[in-house]
Amino acid sequence: MAVEVRIPTILRTFTGGEKAVQGDGSTLLQVIDDVEARHPGLKDRLVEANGLRRFVNVYVNDEDVRFTGGLGAPTADGDVVVVLPAVAGG
Amino acid sequence: MARYASLAESVGHTPLVGLPSLSPSDSVRLWAKLEDRNPTGSIKDRAALSMIAAAEADGTLRPGCTILEPTSGNTGISLAMAAKLRGYRLICVMPENTSIERKQILAMWGAEIVSSSAAGGSNEAVAVAKKLAAEHPDWVMLYQYGNPANAEAHYLGTGPEILEDLPEVTHVVAGLGTTGTLMGIGRFFAETKPEVKIVAAEPRYGELVYGLRNIDEGFVPELYDPSLVTSRFSVGSRDAIRRVRELLEREGIFAGLSTGAILHAALAQAARAQKAGERADIVLIICDGGWKYLSTGAYDTDIDQAEELLDGQVWA
Repeated sequence: MAVEVRIPTILRTFTGGEKAVQGDGSTLLQVIDDVEARHPGLKDRLVEANGLRRFVNVYVNDEDVRFTGGLGAPTADGDVVVVLPAVAGG
Repeated sequence: MARYASLAESVGHTPLVGLPSLSPSDSVRLWAKLEDRNPTGSIKDRAALSMIAAAEADGTLRPGCTILEPTSGNTGISLAMAAKLRGYRLICVMPENTSIERKQILAMWGAEIVSSSAAGGSNEAVAVAKKLAAEHPDWVMLYQYGNPANAEAHYLGTGPEILEDLPEVTHVVAGLGTTGTLMGIGRFFAETKPEVKIVAAEPRYGELVYGLRNIDEGFVPELYDPSLVTSRFSVGSRDAIRRVRELLEREGIFAGLSTGAILHAALAQAARAQKAGERADIVLIICDGGWKYLSTGAYDTDIDQAEELLDGQVWA
């Protein structure tokens, strides 16, 4: 078992059209690096020098990682990572 | 006192009711703040009236003005009521993939609707409204995403009402759209009772709503200050539907779909507290009633079908 990473439509050019890919790691950054090894270019769309890009939201098991350690947020086998562009509500 | 000089003045002071059937125990309790009891049936009446009052006070809004606002529905409906009472013309920019009832209600109150394309959801409505505002400098865009009077309504109203009715409150769970509700409540508790956890629940829509534009063109409301929030959850339509039905079934409260998402996050907080053996008094916001969402099929079809029906919709 690994961590499932769900990819938004706009970034599926990096995953050969796959909606979800598998990754391994005990932190979000490790999972992203692991996925990047097979899908180069994806990491740059998610991460910049100081952490996650401003308009990218990442959730581990539905919880926003910006409140659980950012790129250092813990991940474990069976977790689901969802990547979404930030949108308005109201 | 339950007597008011006009409808607009009856905004706020909503009831806080216990949810004895959904609460895990006597020491972990859930409470619902019934914002559907506001004049047009949603929490947005607070922000709409506050933004109009502020714009009138600083001279931005004058008699005969035209108000323009991007909205997925409730803010528009609240503004339409206030605009009617005060004699303003209102133009709402709304994604075309919102429920039909929202358009019908807006039209009923005399608002004009400009539809923005389904792809891109509310981000697109904001972009279209900003373009229209630039083309019509005489129109007044109150702009709920960046207007401090939006959050102020909750800093001065919703937050203090919660503390007054439930001094032992430990958590407040609300929806995250413009972020106004959470920013106002969050700032109030940061100043008065900082140990209260402020929990955000945001709807997670189907893929169409997130659009195909570059990821750097995303949108974070100018009001948003993450330091005022303790944790933030993304809730999909299936969980929102399941919870909104549970709320009706077990507590008799008929709420809209964003409230289903909020209840889902609130129940997770309750389960966490129960497991840790901690006392908790968790307030969740009932944003609106379910009336405006009946046509979506969320209440009366089987859950797989309901989830599918909401897939391309801006359902919260």
